[in-house]
Amino acid sequence: MSGAPAGTRVFIVDDHRLFLAGVRAELGAAFEIVGEADDVEGAIRAIGEAQPDVVLVDVHMPGGGGAAVVEAVGRTHPDVRFLALSASDAAEDVIGVIRSGARGYVTKTISPADLVDAVRRVREGDAVFSPRLAGFVLDAFADTQPQVLDPELDRLSTREREVLRLIARGYTYKDIAGELHLSVKTVETHVSSVLRKLQLSNRHQLTRWATERRIV
Amino acid sequence: MIAGVAGGLGEWLGVDSVLVRLAFVVLSLAGGVGIALYLILFAVSREETEAPERVRPGGGRQRTLAAILVLAGVLLVLRSIGLWFGDAFVWPVAIAAFGSAIIWVRADRSGRGWQPGFPLRPQSANGEAPSAPSISPARLLFGAVLVAGGTAAFLASNTSRGAIGTVIVATAVTLSGLALIIGPWIMRLARQLGDERRERIRVEERQDVAAHLHDSVLQTLALIQRSDDPARMAALARVQERELRSWLYRPQNPQRGDLLSTAVDALAERIELAHRIRVESVVVGDCPVDDGLQAVVDACGEALTNAAKHSGAAWVSLYVEVDADAVTAYVRDQGKGFDPGAVPEDRRGIADSIRGRLQRHGGTVEVVSAPGNGTEVRLTLPRSAE
Repeated sequence: MSGAPAGTRVFIVDDHRLFLAGVRAELGAAFEIVGEADDVEGAIRAIGEAQPDVVLVDVHMPGGGGAAVVEAVGRTHPDVRFLALSASDAAEDVIGVIRSGARGYVTKTISPADLVDAVRRVREGDAVFSPRLAGFVLDAFADTQPQVLDPELDRLSTREREVLRLIARGYTYKDIAGELHLSVKTVETHVSSVLRKLQLSNRHQLTRWATERRIV
Repeated sequence: MIAGVAGGLGEWLGVDSVLVRLAFVVLSLAGGVGIALYLILFAVSREETEAPERVRPGGGRQRTLAAILVLAGVLLVLRSIGLWFGDAFVWPVAIAAFGSAIIWVRADRSGRGWQPGFPLRPQSANGEAPSAPSISPARLLFGAVLVAGGTAAFLASNTSRGAIGTVIVATAVTLSGLALIIGPWIMRLARQLGDERRERIRVEERQDVAAHLHDSVLQTLALIQRSDDPARMAALARVQERELRSWLYRPQNPQRGDLLSTAVDALAERIELAHRIRVESVVVGDCPVDDGLQAVVDACGEALTNAAKHSGAAWVSLYVEVDADAVTAYVRDQGKGFDPGAVPEDRRGIADSIRGRLQRHGGTVEVVSAPGNGTEVRLTLPRSAE
């Protein structure tokens, strides 16, 4: 269903002017847009002042990109939740911003209705996984390393893997719940658990990207 | 590097031009034969006007050795004739030249054939040949010892004993003086050379990018502006986006044409362009495409086309997973669906065709659909153990 818990306050960060205006128009009806920024420094400052519930952040910006914003705000205001919204869907960009602390990643070709839904999900503390992100995660957690550093963080459970595959196949949470005979809440829990592993795991495939980009 | 004669002769003979140059130097000590030869060749050769594209050959190792032996033979002949400046003069220089040749002559494996004609090759025209492979320390040492030995023998035989010490000291002092004077200048030149090379590479990269963007994105944007059908505009934009994305994010490794992920990407692009439906493709794992996998890709293509034509959905998802023991593909749309049991005989064509393709290679097909609930085609192909 559309709409959100009363007065979800949304902040938008994007250095592409036209896109910023478009997103503001799309979301303006459903949420309260409390601010915009088009650079990293300005965004960190303005978010600190406005204290929104959800921040839509673009990945590619000069000065460290969306990941820098997520990291900086995450240190001072951990309650602010981030949803990455980007034209890129390269693995490094996606994984990079998730590991900085974003709760979800959607590409800019997303429809307005789906975007509203994604913002609402993030607001409620859930993770947003696009089929592509699910594919990345499956790839990154594919091989079972002989010595796994932390069995809790570095492996996906069978259930989590099933859920991810269904997401990658284009299933909605409701469809997944029906297919696996679970409640939607359980599905959301599994997805959140996967997000946490993605953020914290020290698997080689995940840390490799970070060191290549020199963010640790 | 005076008139390009050495370069041209080297190209013609298939031998490194450095060797040719050294040969000229040594021969000129044998009664001036080298100089005369140089002038004669300069007179009879013709200028090469077209911009040369070929890389200067290193010459085969055999050919280089042959050239050296021929040179030694010629020297001995000239000596016996009398065109000679004296043993003490020529042999040390020949040894030093040999040492220099050992260091600098590039002998790669590929020999070159005899080229007809004998064009001049001025060195400045096309710049240097690509940098030589690094010289092994052993070669460097051996060559340096020979050069030092040749020089010392020359000095020993042509000056008195006492004078050697003076000469060596004088040489050392002169060289240090020169180093102090022109050393920094040479370093600056080297740095400039590096900078210019980097700049040139940057310019070439930029031209590459500009050419690609011109060929693809600019054209598509022009087409979009000329169209007034929103569906077509969206389709064009989508296809161009997909192409630009793959170009941006896989520039390092050249597209391996035989991988499953490449085939899936190509398929998605083809379907999007032909049918104006969005295809969300996700591939987990990868492997080279064999006959069985090609059948899977083709079957996916049929399923996607089906979805585009009959489901009424705006997008369709294609998910391919490569495991150690099987490859599975799912084509799913959220369109109007159908009742698989109620399809009349004469309309089973597509399903049978898809099933047939897979079964020929040992795979299976499952179609799950319900009216109002979309359709999913599940394809499985077991992989043979490799």
